[in-house]
Amino acid sequence: MINKIVPGVAEAVAGIQDGSTVLVGGFGGAGQPMALIDALIEQGAKDLTIVNNNAGNAEIGLAALMKAGRVRKIICSFPRQADSYVFDELYRSGKLELELVPQGTLAERVRAGGAGIGGFYTRTGVGTMLAQGKEVRTIHGEDYLFEAPIKADVAFIKAKCGDRWGNLTYNKTARNFGPVHATAAGLTVAQVDTIVELGELDPEAVVTPGIFVQRVVQVRS
Amino acid sequence: MQRLTRDQIAERLAKDIAEGAYVNLGIGLPTKVANYLPKDKEIFLHSENGVLGMGPAPKEGQEDWDLINAGKQPVTLLPGGSFFHHADSFAMMRGGHLDICVLGAFQVSCHGDLANWHTGEADAIPAVGGAMDLAAGARSVFVMMELLTRDGQSKLVDQCTYPLTGLKCVSRIYTDYAVFQIEDNGVVRVVDDCSGAGSEELKRLTGLDLAF
Repeated sequence: MINKIVPGVAEAVAGIQDGSTVLVGGFGGAGQPMALIDALIEQGAKDLTIVNNNAGNAEIGLAALMKAGRVRKIICSFPRQADSYVFDELYRSGKLELELVPQGTLAERVRAGGAGIGGFYTRTGVGTMLAQGKEVRTIHGEDYLFEAPIKADVAFIKAKCGDRWGNLTYNKTARNFGPVHATAAGLTVAQVDTIVELGELDPEAVVTPGIFVQRVVQVRS
Repeated sequence: MQRLTRDQIAERLAKDIAEGAYVNLGIGLPTKVANYLPKDKEIFLHSENGVLGMGPAPKEGQEDWDLINAGKQPVTLLPGGSFFHHADSFAMMRGGHLDICVLGAFQVSCHGDLANWHTGEADAIPAVGGAMDLAAGARSVFVMMELLTRDGQSKLVDQCTYPLTGLKCVSRIYTDYAVFQIEDNGVVRVVDDCSGAGSEELKRLTGLDLAF
């Protein structure tokens, strides 16, 4: 019998190595798998590269991970927030490397990574600072930038319901990067509100099929 | 002459959105446009974080923090609305499926170049979000801004001095003085002198040879 459900968050993050690249779901707080991030702080992996839309809020979740000194580099689209002071201080003091990526390019780079696509050309960013060092190719008379895929060691995502095969549904806009990140990591860990019996999820409504998920842990919200 | 308030700019812009349009209102000032969309027309609001058919803010006490907009404020979903993941959301933008996006700006050039993401200051923390994707992807990019900076400089310029968000992407600029249309070859046409400033005053304020 296949059972991807693990008993707790410690088991969910077990074995994550120093130097890992970790995709973290969430758009601000919505969909951010706080319990997995807290467990990773406890687990101790360091020298991490984090991929997320933002760079943490206040001193919880990603901000707490950064404050604990575990993050070497962050790849994101919008680090500056009203309460991103942990990131701001680390960035300004040169303790954290930032790779700034337009939001849609970020999502598509991860999608490409998960889909086995070796990169893509996009019009986003042409003629801007963020085009520096990137190949420009003219396709049908328009300029495009080449963007490389992102693949990761680990993905942390938050979903609403999951079953023991790793099938997932999401809640409203907390879906955001979750289904994309799930595809692009060697180890995808889903924090879910509710575990359901196999067959309970409507197959027409499953958003992330279990093939993309290795561990499921229930964390009641 | 009577300059428009920010709400009046939003109201003026909302008049130019047709029924059936798929529209993204970015973050900040442009989100005011939602308050003035005609109630008798069906217009689809898109938010980059994976929602179509976005409704107004919920009543106090009914906020759902899993249902937010691009500015991370709680919103509601209208009947017929839908959710989707980030790669699909940005496919809607880059794929040319959005009819209009409305963005704020630091500067817009007479060729339609847009600068709205970075002040260029050395110690500024850069944050681009979805601005470049919207600028490159929406079929029409409308800018909503006050025409002048606090110290009286025109934000409609010959050439942007701030870092660019996108090249030749803006089609219309809605300001407190007038509505400007970007045409070919750097021609900027005043399509509505909504403040009554007059052609000479608008030319003086912008330093541009405007068409009327």
